[in-house]
Amino acid sequence: MKDRKTLLVIVRQSPYGSSLARASLDTALAAAALEQPVSLLFMGDGVLQLLPDQHSEAIGVKNIGRLLGSLPLYDIESVYIDAGAAARYQLDTQDLVLTVKPVDPAAMRRLINDCDNVIGF
Amino acid sequence: MIYSLLVLSSPASGHGARTAAAFARCLLSRGHQLNRVFFLDAGTEAGSSVAVMPQDEADRLRPWIDLSEQHGVELVLCISSALKRGMLDENGARRHEKTGPTAHPAFIVSGLGQLHDAAANSDRLITFGG
Repeated sequence: MKDRKTLLVIVRQSPYGSSLARASLDTALAAAALEQPVSLLFMGDGVLQLLPDQHSEAIGVKNIGRLLGSLPLYDIESVYIDAGAAARYQLDTQDLVLTVKPVDPAAMRRLINDCDNVIGF
Repeated sequence: MIYSLLVLSSPASGHGARTAAAFARCLLSRGHQLNRVFFLDAGTEAGSSVAVMPQDEADRLRPWIDLSEQHGVELVLCISSALKRGMLDENGARRHEKTGPTAHPAFIVSGLGQLHDAAANSDRLITFGG
């Protein structure tokens, strides 16, 4: 790859509502595998992907929570959560499948502005 | 300016895929360059050579073939999304022992690295649908 553009992947899909949830994570993982700096921002229904104790085997699909838990192994360490959405779903941001930084709307604007490429799912 | 596009919407639902093809045509007509179109998730259905659209609806495949043939635009279907949706090129059909290819030969079936490679070499990456 010619240069190292920074990528922000915005995840707004609930974990098992559609295949887009998985597609967004695959996109982030592929970028990390190419050593591109990747950040993830969970917004809206997307914050539900971070819930612990997902039992996706009951619906016959791969566990998104477990996949997310492995992100630090792929050197994806900048993971942000929309604080407003987390509050709406009454999530404890200290008790999710991985360490996330809660961000307010102003911080989200800065995040989007500071990245070279943004892919929204 | 050099553009790449990411298409997430199915051509059979909503208008994201149709808008993407129109955007592609428009930017080329204004002298910009279109590096690659990457189809992901339901977007990969755009490459189907076996889908049959109602006669009174616009052809969803032709605009992409034209972009490929007339302007040399690379059309890439994400392999994991494509396989799940029965979108196979000749290699895929052989490897998975299916009766024959279902993806139109104007499309390449490849990995997500092609999306990031396109983005790295473009000034703009524009996403349609989702």
